[in-house]
Parts: sequence; structure tokens; C-alpha cells
Amino acid sequence: MDKINQVLNSDAGASEMALIQAAYFVAALLFIFSLAGLSKQESAENGVWYGIIGMLIALVATIFDPSVTNITYIIIAMVIGGAIGVRFAVKVEMTQMPELVAMLHSFVGLAAVAVGYNSFLEHGEMSGMMLNIHLVEVFLGVFIGAVTFTGSVVAFGKLRGILSSSPLMLPHRHKMNLLAGLVSLVLMVYFVQQEGHINSLIIMTVIALIFGWHLVASIGGADMPVVVSMLNSYSGWAAASAGFMLGNDLLIVTGALVGSSGAILSYIMCRAMNRSFISVIAGGFGQEVSLNTDQDYGEYVETNAEDVADMLKNAKSVIITPGYGMAVAQAQNAVSEITKMLRDKGVNVRFGIHPVAGRLPGHMNVLLAEAKVPYDIVLEMDEINEDFDETDVVLVIGANDTVNPSAAEDPNSPIAGMPVLEVWNAKQVIAFKRSMNPGYAGVQNPLFFKSNTSMLFGDARDSVENIAKAI
Amino acid sequence: MQIGIVKESTANEARVAASPSSIINLIKLGFTVSVESNAGNAANFSDEMYRQAGGSIVSGAEAWQSDLVLKVNPPSDVEIASLKEGTTLIGFFWPAQNESLMKKLAEKKINLLAMDSVPRISRAQSMDALSSMANIAGYRAVVEASHQFGSFFTGQITAAGKVPPAKVLIIGAGVAGLAAIGTAGSLGAIVRAFDTRPEVKEQIESMGAEFLELDFEEEAGSGDGYAKVMSDAFIKAEMELFAEQAKQVDIIITTAMIPGKPAPKLITEEMVKSMKRGSVIVDLAALGGGNCELTEVDQAVEVEGVTIIGYSDMPSRLPTQSSQLYANNLLNLVKLLCPEKDGQINLNFEDEIIRNVTVIKGGEVTWPPPPVKVSAAPQIETKPIPEPIKKEAKKSSGIAKNLMLLIGGGLFGWLSIVAPPDFMQHFTVFILACIIGYYVVWNVTHALHTPLMSVTNAISGIIVIGALLQISSSNQLVMWIATFAVFIAFINVVGGFVVTKRMLKMFRKED
Repeated sequence: MDKINQVLNSDAGASEMALIQAAYFVAALLFIFSLAGLSKQESAENGVWYGIIGMLIALVATIFDPSVTNITYIIIAMVIGGAIGVRFAVKVEMTQMPELVAMLHSFVGLAAVAVGYNSFLEHGEMSGMMLNIHLVEVFLGVFIGAVTFTGSVVAFGKLRGILSSSPLMLPHRHKMNLLAGLVSLVLMVYFVQQEGHINSLIIMTVIALIFGWHLVASIGGADMPVVVSMLNSYSGWAAASAGFMLGNDLLIVTGALVGSSGAILSYIMCRAMNRSFISVIAGGFGQEVSLNTDQDYGEYVETNAEDVADMLKNAKSVIITPGYGMAVAQAQNAVSEITKMLRDKGVNVRFGIHPVAGRLPGHMNVLLAEAKVPYDIVLEMDEINEDFDETDVVLVIGANDTVNPSAAEDPNSPIAGMPVLEVWNAKQVIAFKRSMNPGYAGVQNPLFFKSNTSMLFGDARDSVENIAKAI
Repeated sequence: MQIGIVKESTANEARVAASPSSIINLIKLGFTVSVESNAGNAANFSDEMYRQAGGSIVSGAEAWQSDLVLKVNPPSDVEIASLKEGTTLIGFFWPAQNESLMKKLAEKKINLLAMDSVPRISRAQSMDALSSMANIAGYRAVVEASHQFGSFFTGQITAAGKVPPAKVLIIGAGVAGLAAIGTAGSLGAIVRAFDTRPEVKEQIESMGAEFLELDFEEEAGSGDGYAKVMSDAFIKAEMELFAEQAKQVDIIITTAMIPGKPAPKLITEEMVKSMKRGSVIVDLAALGGGNCELTEVDQAVEVEGVTIIGYSDMPSRLPTQSSQLYANNLLNLVKLLCPEKDGQINLNFEDEIIRNVTVIKGGEVTWPPPPVKVSAAPQIETKPIPEPIKKEAKKSSGIAKNLMLLIGGGLFGWLSIVAPPDFMQHFTVFILACIIGYYVVWNVTHALHTPLMSVTNAISGIIVIGALLQISSSNQLVMWIATFAVFIAFINVVGGFVVTKRMLKMFRKED
């Protein structure tokens, strides 16, 4: 018996390490389940619980690691941080979700920079290749973290309206970006050769901060879904690089999950706009607002709320295609109300969501969910595009480029080839708009001039409320 | 001003140029209307009905003496003689085909307005009698065909056995062709249609027929909404298609006409003989010589069991309907001629429609009119459409992909040689996690992309673990930086999870 105890005691450090490793493994698995749970609405809530439990296990395992001290500081930081997090999460309006997400990304970026610096200032005994690799990891981690940080801050500013959402167009902006990358590369080589050189790390950090700022500043407002997904991806890679520095598999796995998630989302968004990722990141889209104004699109027809209400009442099938304009006008509750009224009358009302509608992937779905629209009548573009033929009325609320027929019909259009909601195939289209100004892409929309389209001008929310009254 | 409605003298003509309702409206415009006795009998409009509408019933001679005479067909010599000088005559006259008639009418110093010369522009649609007659002809063509055809149009499954639906081929998708498509389709037949103008494809498909396409590029619209003569190569390809179809279909309705030219011969004797016994061909171009080689005008002939109908009076076979529509076309033209509603007509040559319709003015031949372009003619066709560039991009991206793989593989090989095993182990974990992430995230439904972002936000707060491991450092600076990192990362963790939960609660199914 004594013998066994002795053996156990002597291996105490090792077995604790193993226990922590096991806890990390379980946490990583739970994170994977958490993302898997989001594949369906039914399992999504469980998914979040998996994530929370995984996080708790990881935290508890780390805090109870005997080598971790300063528990008081940890608890104070966590309590204050947690309280602020709860406050943000509870207060945020669903229309502001993109801002919150961008802000949270910036925190991960900043934390990654902090962990990177720490990991540089204090690392275990290393030499040779091991040290070189560690230094590269630190350098990359800080770079990604810094880009994520300022990029997210700018994205947040643009989404909130503090910064102008139109792309910043500096002369030679591509060359400047390239230069920033090259200088950082040179600094890295120097940094590694010197076996750690704090000044080059600091200079690179400043460059990365400016680079991140400039990168997002030169991208326009409606490309934000791509930018936010991209920053999501970066925040993942930042966490993964921290994992490499610390030799911590849990960080690596989680970072990789988040990184690939963001990358896939950006890919989906780009595909939905028929633009390459590079062209979105290079920015400047939607700048050439010099329209072909000499082209004759014909005349548009105006209508009023009463007529639209009549049309809706007599329709069998109605599809609503919302865009960012609905979020801006806060019209989702009014939209939900007419949806309910019409459904009670036996009208088949559904929603068609373009992947890039809104400023965040899935933004429209969340807004409609908040307004109590059942999610099974909210369909994706691919699911609903073929049904427009048999639809009596389509309400286009605050969407423009995502319903532009020139994407399909005019090979010379800047948005040619972008998959769009084919609303014009319906019998009647009502477009809610504030004015005849073109959308984000700066392209005039021939939809508004089609013979089966009527325009309903004014604030989307007022218009929808007037229709509700008339029904 | 007196308007005269005269009885048609042409054989087999059952139409009349006015209906009781058109008379009511003509009187509202300030005219008096005299109707020849029994003019509307064949169209089932009795004298009594005209009288009730406000018209006076008069003798033929009196009606012909009116200031404005409305008619359907060109007048006979006797009728021309009974016209008074300076009269205006409106009807179908076909000035291109009827030179001697034009000469005789010009000698009478009258105004002649030809309904067959209404230009095909949007504003003139309400006066386009050719279209309204063609619509009727298309409908009637199907009715005539079904009358001769020994089977159902629609497919049925009956207790006595299964009946396949009839197959109908419509050649020429003008107004008549489209009407025929609609009628045959609503009887339940399978309808295919062909036209040399590719731009009518959509119209054909919207009527529920299948558009037969030639593998051949040629511009067929002549800019005025009518078809033109095609090249030899095109015609050859077209004939092959018809020969092929003739063997399959039960009914062929041809409507191919080119203005001012004999109708093209599209259905050869050989094709007729290749058709099934009991098949029917209705040739709506019979008057222009027929689209089928065996067509005989105003006859139904049978060749080896195939009936070929060449009636040229299809609209007249639905006299009430065609008289009503024709009367409305005339009414709309008179409205245009009489803008003041004072019972007087004004041949204003500034108006494009009036200019075109008027073929003789005060004895002077004003035909043909200067050409008009149809505003709705598809001009896109002439623009070269850039080929989609996608294909090439794909090819090069395939090469790029392989190159990337090669570079990636090379780098990995290099790394595995120089890097310590510890690093390689972490690297393995990293790559595997990326792959897992890839598959898991593709499965996420689009509707949950925002919650996905917020939850990944929360779990990327896992970087807090890194900070926790550094917080116990004896280096004060490191400790404080780490504390700060724990603080901000924790905003992320808690904020991310709480907001995700909040969002997911909102997603609810229909109750």
C-alpha cells in the first residue's frame, strides 16, 4: 500500500498534467459539438450549452493547475469582464448585432497581442530551432492579433456609423499594403536572427495596427458581411497562434475551428456576390458611382399603401425579400405583423433571404426571428428562387442589389453573375424604397422599371405600418 | 356626319363592321349611324338590336351614300359605283395585292383607310384588327382541327383504356400561332411551337408550349415586328426539323406569313405522307398560297388519310366574336380620327397611326407610308454578348490548385525535417482541427450564421487560457498584461455565449 502511494506521489505532477490534458481534450470535443449543434435550429440551444460546458471545463482545469497562482487577480478580472460581457449581450439590439460581433473580435485580437508579448517576454528555456520557431510564432501571433484588433475596431466604427461607411481610397493603397507586408517580413527575419529583438516586435505591431486599420477602412459598408466573417476567421487564427506559442492544443484546436468557420463564412458571402475574396479585401467596390445615366430604363410606377394592401389580400402567395434597409428602418416588427395578418387570412407568406442581405451573415434571419416570424417560412435564396414564378406579390423591403435583374441579364453590369433573388418572375413586385438612388454597388436597378414592379416610396417602417392598417 | 354600316357582299363573309355596342359609342362621338337592313344577320346582330342601340335601319343604297362607310372586305365594282365622292371608306383593302382596286377607288376621289395598314406600335394595339382577327383565326384553327381529328386532344385514363394526349405542332408564333397554342393547350394537347424569331421563345413558353429550337444562328426580326425571309441554310435546317416533327405529331397548324410575299412552303408533300393517318393540317396561310404544298384555298382535302384544311375565312366562322372585336377596332380608329368628339373626322397626317392607315387621301394614293420602327423590337440581340469568362478561370484555378498543393506539400516536407517533434505534433492537431472545422461549419444552416459567429466569438475567447497560464509569472509586467488579457477575453466569452443564447431563444417554429 505504502509503495503504491509513494509511486502515486512521485508521479503527482505528471498525473495532474495528464488530467489537465484530458480536460482540454473534452473541452475541445465539446466545442466541436457546439458548432455541430448549430446545423439545425432544434439542436442549436444544446450546442450553446456544449460550448459553455466546454469553456467551464477548460477554465476550471487551468485555474486548478497548481502552477497557476494569483487567483485573486484572475477572479477579479473575470468578474468584471464577465459583467461587462453580460451587459453588452443583454443590451444589444438585434439590428446592432454586427457591431457587437465586430467589437468582440477586437477583444480577441487585443488579447492575442497581449499573450504574444507575454510569451515573448517570458518563455521557458529554449534554443536553436525550437527558439526560432517560438519567435516566429510570437511574431505571427502578434501580427494577426494586431490586424484583427484595429480591423475590428474600424469595422465596428463603420457599422455603428462613427466612421464613414464608404471605402477609404488612399492613392497607392495596394502598394502600401504590400509594403507593410514586406517590411513585416523583413522585421521577422531580423527578429528571429537576433533571437528576439523587442524593437522590431514593437515596430511590426505598429505597422500591423495601421495595416489592419487601412485594410478595413478601404472596404465599403455592404461588403461588411465578408469583412466581419474575415475578422472572425482572423480572431481564430490569432487564438491558434497563441496556442502554438504556449504549446497548448486546446487553443490550437479552438482557434482552428473558429478560423475555418470564419473563412467558410467569408467564402459563402463572396460566392453570394460573385466576387473573389481578394477583390473584396482589396476594397474600393461601389466607388464608381458614375452611372450610365444616359441609358433609358423607362418609367417607374408609384403605388400607395392601400393598393398594396388590396393586392396582398387578394394574393394566394406572397414572398417578402428583406435587405439591410429593413434593419435600418427597424421595420421587422411591422413586417412580422402583416405576415401574421396575411397568414391568418390564408395567404401563403414566405421570406426569401439573400446570403449577403444585411451586414452580417444570417443577420436577416436573426432580425425576423426577433420579430417572431417562424423560422420555417424564412427560406434561403436557393430554396425559394424557383417559386417566384408562382408568386402573386413580392415585397422588396430595403433590398436593392440582391434583387437586381441586371446581375442575370446584363453581362456588362458590375454585378454581372452575382446570384440574385429572381423577384421579377413574380406577377407583381412592390419595391419599398426611400428614393430612386442606386444601391451599394452603384448600379441602377432595372427591376424598378419593369412593368410588373410598382414603387412604394417612403420610410419602410411607415409604409409597412400603413399597409397593416389598410389590411 | 353620317356613318354607314353596309352588308358584306363577299361570299361566305358573315362578319359585319359594327356591333350594337360600337354603335352606341359612335353616336356618343357625335355621329349618326345608318345600318343597312340585315347587315348583321349572319353575325347574329338583328336590325332591332341596332335600332335599340340608336342606329337607323336603311336600304343598302342609302348606307353606301354615307360620309364614312365602315366595311370588312374590299368593295365590289358595283359598290364602288354607289359611293359618293369625297367619302371616307374604312376596311381591309390589302393595297399591295389590289392595285386595280386602288386605282378605281382613287378615281372616286375618296379617302381610303386600310385596317391592314395599322402600324404595329403599342399605341395602335387597340386598332390592330389584323391581330384581333388572327387571334380568332388561331382559336378557330384548333377547333377546325379537332373537328376533323378522330381522337381526344387531352390524355385520359378511362375504364376502357388509356388515351394518349394529341401532339400539336404550331409553326409561326404570331398572334394566331399564340392563340392556337393557348387553345390547343387548354384542350389538353401537348403543344410544340416553332418560330424563326428567337425572341418569341418566352411568349411561347408562357403559353405553355415547348419551343423547338434550331441549332442555328440567324437574325429573323425585321424590326417591324413581323418575320422576314430566311437564308437557304436556315430553311434547310428548319425543314429537317419539320420533317422530323411531322412523323411525331397529330396536328400541324401553320401560320407562317411574310408581309407582301407569298407564304413560305414549309410542309412538303413528302412530310404530309409521312404523317399518321387521321392527322390534320390547318394552313392559316392558305390565302397567301399556303405553307403546305398540298393546301387548296377554302377547301379541306384529304391526302393518304391526312386532312389539310385551307379555309381562308376562319374569323368569319366565328362571326359574332369577330364582328364584335373588329367593330371595336374600328371604333378606336374613329375615336382617333375624331379627337373633338364633334362627329367630324380629321385625317391628321402628323399622327403616325393615321398616316399609316390612310392609303388614299382625297383621291391621291398615299401608300406605302414611310417606314416605322417598332419601339419594343429587341435590340439586345445585335449586341455581341461577351462569353462568360468563368470557364477559363476555372481551368487556371485547377492548375493553381495543384500548384498550391505542391507548394503546400513541399513546405510541409521541409517543416517536418527541420522542426522539432513537439511542434510537428501541435501542427498535426492544428491541421486536423481545421479539417473538422471545415466539415462542421459547412453543415451549419444559413439561418444560424449570426449565432454561429457569436458562438465562435465566445469560444475564441479560449485565448483566456493562454493568459491564465501567464498570470502566475513573477514578472510584474507580464502579470499585469496577462490580467488585462484575461479581462478582455472574458468579456468575449461571457458576452458571446449570452448573446447567442438570447438569439437562439428567438428562433421559434410556427405554432
